[in-house]
Amino acid sequence: MSQKVLLTSKEVNIILHRLACQLIEKHLDFSDTILVGIQPRGTFLAERLKDLLEKEYAISKIALGYLDITFFRDDFRRTNKPLEANKTQIDFIVENKKVVFIDDVLYTGRSIRSALTAIQSFGRPSEIELLVLIDRRFSRHLPIQPDYRGRQVDAINDEKVQVCWIEQDGEDAVYLINK
Amino acid sequence: MSELSVNHLLGIKYINKKDIDLIFETADHFKEVINRPIKKVPSLRDITIANIFFENSTRTKLSFELAQKRLSADVISFSAAQSSVKKGETLIDTVNNILSMKVDMVVMRHSSPGAAHFLSQNVKASIVNAGDGAHEHPTQALLDSYSIREKLGDVAGKKVVIVGDILHSRVALSNIYALQMQGAEVKVCGPKTLIPRYIESLGVKVEPDLRKALEWCDVANMLRVQNERMDVNFFPSTREYAQQYGLDKTLLDSLNKEIVIMHPGPINRGVEITSDVADSKQSVILNQVENGVAIRMAVIYLLASKIH
Repeated sequence: MSQKVLLTSKEVNIILHRLACQLIEKHLDFSDTILVGIQPRGTFLAERLKDLLEKEYAISKIALGYLDITFFRDDFRRTNKPLEANKTQIDFIVENKKVVFIDDVLYTGRSIRSALTAIQSFGRPSEIELLVLIDRRFSRHLPIQPDYRGRQVDAINDEKVQVCWIEQDGEDAVYLINK
Repeated sequence: MSELSVNHLLGIKYINKKDIDLIFETADHFKEVINRPIKKVPSLRDITIANIFFENSTRTKLSFELAQKRLSADVISFSAAQSSVKKGETLIDTVNNILSMKVDMVVMRHSSPGAAHFLSQNVKASIVNAGDGAHEHPTQALLDSYSIREKLGDVAGKKVVIVGDILHSRVALSNIYALQMQGAEVKVCGPKTLIPRYIESLGVKVEPDLRKALEWCDVANMLRVQNERMDVNFFPSTREYAQQYGLDKTLLDSLNKEIVIMHPGPINRGVEITSDVADSKQSVILNQVENGVAIRMAVIYLLASKIH
């Protein structure tokens, strides 16, 4: 197994600032916008962005929720390992709001397909956008593309993109791992 | 998340502590789901479940059906009273006929102890026991423990007394297994005629005096007197039973602590508990019903994940 650094801590930080600015450009004061971190790994990115928007760009009261898609996945009973559920925490109705899904890596697009169904349990958003840190090109199974992307990566199926966060893994970095 | 150690839920006796923990963790997620504006997930959309009830039921049947529908399973339900069982069809024939319509899971209630176990060995489907005679009622015990965990934080170390008709109760047996497995201490209380003779071999103490039992416990599970299963008189009169083993507000308020009151339903108001106790803030009876749906969703989801 070999690994290559795709993004260092410094690069991750620059990208986070850029993504925050792109969000502000579109959503201004975030009064009608809800950020939704996709469980399990999208939540770190979502929290970071919220933090950044509030502290560095003085935008207050950003609504942030966490969405677990386990029970909406299309591979139930089709994989050998059991699906692990995580907590969903959406303490608001998304009816007529602009929802931004936030996830670390966009790969086949199937998680986002599940998230699109799952979010409907909380109302009908006026629009849904997708923000990802890493966009794996040429690997989509579904017609789903991000609205905001940190970095585009070409990786083959045998390779895995691993996003590390200081809160969970002790460092901010993105690796390409050869399985 | 790991898997259940079993392919069927026949009784608490056949599962272990890890299974119970997994069911509770999964039920936590489903409890959140059933409190959403839209209370449905699509996980089981390619699973068909038959609910076969050879005995009367309101709560359990509705709760199972609702759990299955919340998971998007296709559900067929039938009660023995309207079925060909009355024409003399055997249990295996009835179930095999249902299974040939491509059913993946069977939830069954039957008056014979061991009926679910028998079925699990003779038909190809995942079986969930929804009560077999006076043997086990595993989902009820799970939801009871889950409700204790929710109210008191943990089941381990808690003292639980099961009051009433222990002899005819499948809820009592399943609860004893489940509570002990999770580290709770269990006593039973009731007229001597309604306490099984060898109950102490399960590690359960018998306390004939209701007041003493209530003073000892953290949780009192008040069972219904099952008149329909009594072929002889087990106590002189309902009034005498209510006086000795019925829980009223005066008795509850005279205790030196607040205990949690549970009842698996249906309640005979004025017999095992009075209305003011059943509707008091110490009662978690309606929470039990809500938790029942989440627990059954968890059980069905986890069993279904093992169907390949």
